[in-house]
Amino acid sequence: MSLYRKSLAELAAGLHTKQFSSVEVTQHFLDRIAKHDKTLNSFVSITAEQALAQAKQADAQLAKGSMAALTGVPLAQKDIFCTQGVKTSCGSKMLDNFIAPYDATVVSKCKQAGLVMLGKLNMDEFAMGSSNETSYYGPVKNPWDTTRVPGGSSGGSAAAVAARLTPAATGTDTGGSIRQPAALCNLTGLKPTYGLVSRWGMIAFASSLDQAGPITQTAEDAALLLNTMVGFDDKDSTSLNRPTVNYTASLKDSLQGLRIGLPKEYFAAGLNSDVAKVIETAIAEYKKLGATITDISLPNSHLSVPAYYVIAPAECSSNLSRFDGVRFGYRCNDPKDLNDLYQRSRGEGFGAEVKRRIMIGTYALSAGYYDAYYLKAQKVRRLISDDFKRAFEKVDVIMGPTSPNTAFKLGEHSDDPITMYLCDIYTIAVNLAGLPGMSIPAGFAHNLPVGLQLVGNYFSEAKLLNIAHQYQQVTNWHTQMPKGFE
Amino acid sequence: MEVGIHYAPAPQGSGARIVKPGWRVDAISVVNPNLQPGDSQQVGTDFMEWETVIGLEIHTQLATRSKIFSGASIAFGAEPNTQACAVDLGLPGVLPVLNKEAVRMAIKFGLAVGAQIAPKSIFARKNYFYPDLPKGYQISQYELPVVGKGKLTIELEDGSSKTIGITRAHLEEDAGKSLHEDFHGMTGIDLNRAGTPLLEIVSEPDMRSAKEAVAYMKKIHSLVRYLEICDGNMQEGSFRCDANVSVRKKGAPEFGTRAELKNINSFRFVERAINFEVERQIDILESGGKVVQETRLYDANKHETRSMRSKEEAMDYRYFPDPDLLPLAINAQDIQAVRETLPELPDAKKQRFMQAFGLSDYDAAILTGDRDLANYFETVVKTAGEAKLAANWIISELSGRLNKEDKLITDSPISAAHLAGMLQRLTAGAITSKMAKEVFDAMWNGEGDADTIIEKRGLKPADNSAVEKIIDELIANNAGQVEQYRAGKDKVLGFFVGQVMKLSQGKADPAQVNKLLLEKLKK
Repeated sequence: MSLYRKSLAELAAGLHTKQFSSVEVTQHFLDRIAKHDKTLNSFVSITAEQALAQAKQADAQLAKGSMAALTGVPLAQKDIFCTQGVKTSCGSKMLDNFIAPYDATVVSKCKQAGLVMLGKLNMDEFAMGSSNETSYYGPVKNPWDTTRVPGGSSGGSAAAVAARLTPAATGTDTGGSIRQPAALCNLTGLKPTYGLVSRWGMIAFASSLDQAGPITQTAEDAALLLNTMVGFDDKDSTSLNRPTVNYTASLKDSLQGLRIGLPKEYFAAGLNSDVAKVIETAIAEYKKLGATITDISLPNSHLSVPAYYVIAPAECSSNLSRFDGVRFGYRCNDPKDLNDLYQRSRGEGFGAEVKRRIMIGTYALSAGYYDAYYLKAQKVRRLISDDFKRAFEKVDVIMGPTSPNTAFKLGEHSDDPITMYLCDIYTIAVNLAGLPGMSIPAGFAHNLPVGLQLVGNYFSEAKLLNIAHQYQQVTNWHTQMPKGFE
Repeated sequence: MEVGIHYAPAPQGSGARIVKPGWRVDAISVVNPNLQPGDSQQVGTDFMEWETVIGLEIHTQLATRSKIFSGASIAFGAEPNTQACAVDLGLPGVLPVLNKEAVRMAIKFGLAVGAQIAPKSIFARKNYFYPDLPKGYQISQYELPVVGKGKLTIELEDGSSKTIGITRAHLEEDAGKSLHEDFHGMTGIDLNRAGTPLLEIVSEPDMRSAKEAVAYMKKIHSLVRYLEICDGNMQEGSFRCDANVSVRKKGAPEFGTRAELKNINSFRFVERAINFEVERQIDILESGGKVVQETRLYDANKHETRSMRSKEEAMDYRYFPDPDLLPLAINAQDIQAVRETLPELPDAKKQRFMQAFGLSDYDAAILTGDRDLANYFETVVKTAGEAKLAANWIISELSGRLNKEDKLITDSPISAAHLAGMLQRLTAGAITSKMAKEVFDAMWNGEGDADTIIEKRGLKPADNSAVEKIIDELIANNAGQVEQYRAGKDKVLGFFVGQVMKLSQGKADPAQVNKLLLEKLKK
C-alpha cells in the first residue's frame, strides 16, 4: 500500500518497525503537496526544509528507540496556530507579514511528540466562514469535486487530508469549523469539550467558543492526535485541569446498549433528503451494533444560529481590535494621522466577512443594545446548554447530520451570508454548550460525502471516539478517497 | 498643602505634607505667602450659598512583582519596551492569566476599609482604540468588582471626623505610554507600563470641599502604604486620581451636573483642580448658564481645567465579560488567609500611640500617618523610653530636616538607634537641650553616634559650682533687677536666665539655671 493511503496509526507502526523512515514519509507527502496543491490551494505555507530537518531528528530518535507514539509522522497545522519563525497568517492580508515569535501550545505539543510539520493550512479569514472562500489566499477546492467548497473554516485542513497531502491536520472549531469541513470532505473531525485543548497561541475568533481538534482519516487517528493535543496549560485561564485519558484505550469497547438520541429538530425542514437518507442508514448500522434509538428534542435549537451570530461577532469585534496597524501586521501606506492609520489599516487589511462580523459585534455590544442582543444571546446560550443537559439524562450520544447539505459550489452562497450561516445549523449549538462533537464519514449523496455528527456529554471524547471507531470497523466510507488524488 | 495646616491641632494627614511625591512629614508648616490661585484660602466666603460635591476615583498601582496578566516585570524606569512580553504587546494568540498576588492585595484593601469581598467577580473588557492600548481593550472590572462597599473615616481640620463611603474597588490593567516628544512629529509607544496592575478605588460623592478630598486622598495613600500594596509614588504615577466635581445650592436635594477631572497626580493639584473647577462651575451657574457633563483635564502649568470631551462625545466602551478569564472566585478561606496578613491599621495605631505613649491626638496622627515613620518612632521609644520627647524630636527636628532636604524617613541619615542614643544622654542630663541639637546636627552629617560625638567634642553641661558663681556675681552686680523681682516682677527672671546662659557660653542646663536662680533670688 502506498504511503499516502496509510493512516496515522499505520504510519506510526511502519516507522516503529522501520519499514520506512520519517524522511521518506515526509518527502512522500511533500511531493504530493507539490503535485496536487496547485489544484486545491490547501496550503498557505509549505515548510519543506524544516519538515525534513524534523524528520531527520525523528529518525534519529526512532533509531535510538527513544520515540513517542507519533514520532516522525507528518502533519500540517491550520494557519491559525502561531508557529515560531513561520508565517502565521490566519488566512488574512492583515497577518500576511506576521511571523510569530512563539509557538502555540498545540504546536509545541506536536513538536514535543515528534510530529513533523509539513506546513500551514489555508482557512477562512480569521476562521470566519463555512466555505473557505473568505481566505486572503483564495478559496480551497474540495478534492471530491474541485468546483465545490471543502467547507470551513478549516477548509485547508480538510482538503489536504482528504487528498492525502498530509495524513492528518489540526483544525479549530468555533461553530462547526472542524466538523463541517470534515463532513464535506469525508473525514473524521473532532471538536473537544471547551477547555480540553489549550487556546494559547491559537489566534482568537470567539474566545468562549474556539476549540482546537484533529481532522483525520479515522477515529483511531483522531484519538492518537487528541492524546497529543490535550492537556492543562497554565497559560490559558480557560484550560481545564483534568486527569489524563488515553483516548485510544477504549476504542474497541462494545456499543451494546448504547443509547442514541435523535433530535427531531435535526431532521426537520431544511435538511436535504438525500443527506437524511444517508444518516438514517448510518443509524441503522448502529442498531446492528447493539445501540438503542430514542427520539429526543432540543427545543431551543432554532435559537442557536441567532445566538451564535451575536456572541461570536461580539467577541470577535473585541478580539480583532489588536489588529490596528500599530505593532504588527498590515499597516496602510502613509497614514495621515491616527484615525487614518486605523481606518485604512483595518479597512485594507480585513476582508468583507471579517468586517461584517466586526460591525455586527460592535453593534451588539453598544450601549443601549447590549441587553437586547449580547445579554439575551447569553441567556439563550444557557437554554441551549440546558436542552443538552436534559437530553444526556436519557441518552449517551446525540446523532444527526453534520451539515444539512453536501458540499456546495464555489461562489454559490458568497453573496448570501444568511444561507452560509445556516450551513452550521447543526454544529453551532455544540459550541454554545461547550460540548464535544464529532463528524465521521457516513456515506455519499450524489457522489459527495455526508458526515454523521456525534455529540456527547462533557469530557466524553473517549466514548465518542469509541462510537466512531466501532462504526468504522463495520463500514468503509472513511477509506474512500477522491479520484484524481490516488 | 502648605495652607490648611496652620498651628491649630491638625487632623491626621494634613499635618503631614506632601511636597513631592512620596511621603514627607512637616509639622512646622506656615501659611504659605506665595499662595497659588486655587489654593483653598482663596475660595470661601463668596460661595457660601453653594455646596461642593466631590467623589474620587483613585488609581493605585499594586506593588506586585509582575504584571496583572503576564509574567513581565513592572519595575519602573526600564528602557522602553524591554518589560513588555508577548501578552503585554497583545500579540495574536496570547491569553491573560490573572496574577493572584494582585487579587490578594485587592482583598487586603477591601478588608482594611470594611468592605465586602465579592465571592465572585468578573473581569470585563473596556473597548477603545488607542496606540498605547495594545489589545484595543483594557481588562478591567465592570459590573461585579472584587471589592464592594466600604468606608473610611477622615479627620477634618476642626478636629471632627467624617466617614467617606467607598463605592467599590476593582482590579484592572494599566495602558502603556505614548511619547510625543523626540520622534519628529511621530509618536513613540512604550508598553513597559501596559498590564501593570491597578486597583481603582471609587468613593461615594461624600466629600464637600477640596480639603476633604485631599484628606481622603491622603488617608487612602497612607492606607495603601500601610498595607504594602502600593508604593504611593505619585511622580512615577503609582498613585493618581480622577475627581468628579459638581456644585449645588445648599440644601438642594439633587446633585448638580458633574465634571470629571482626569489624572491628577499630586495632593496639591487635586485641591487646586477642584477649587478651580468649583469656581468655574459656580461662575457658570451664577451667570445663568448650565454646567455640561464632560471630562476635563487639569493642566497644572496653566492652572486650569479644560474640556477633553463632552457627554455626547463620551466613548461607548462596549464593556462585556472577558471570555479569556473565568469569573474570579474568592472563598472564606482565601479571605481569612489575607486577613491574617493585615498589619495594624493607621487608626488603630494612632489610638494605641495615644493610649500607650500618652501622645496627643495631633502627634499621634502625624506619627501614624506613615507606616515607616511610626515604625521609626516605635524603634526610638523601645530604646530610649520618653515617648513624648521622642515624638517632639521626630516631629519637629527630624521631619523638618527630612522635608527640607527632600528625604524620606526611610532615607534618614540619623538612624532610630542613633536618635534613641542621643535622647538617652539628654534625659540623663549628660547633655543640655542645646547640646542635643548640636549632636543631632553632627549625627545628621554622619559623624557617628551620640556618644562618639559627645566625647569627641567634649560636650558636658557646666557644673553647678560654676553656674552658682555666675549667679552670685549677677545678683551682686544687678541689685536693681533683684529688687524688682522681689517686688513681684517675675519677668525679670528671664533677664537673669539669659545672662547666665550668655556668661556660661550656653553650657549651663537651662532647667538647672532656673532652679538655682529661683532659690537664690528668694533669699
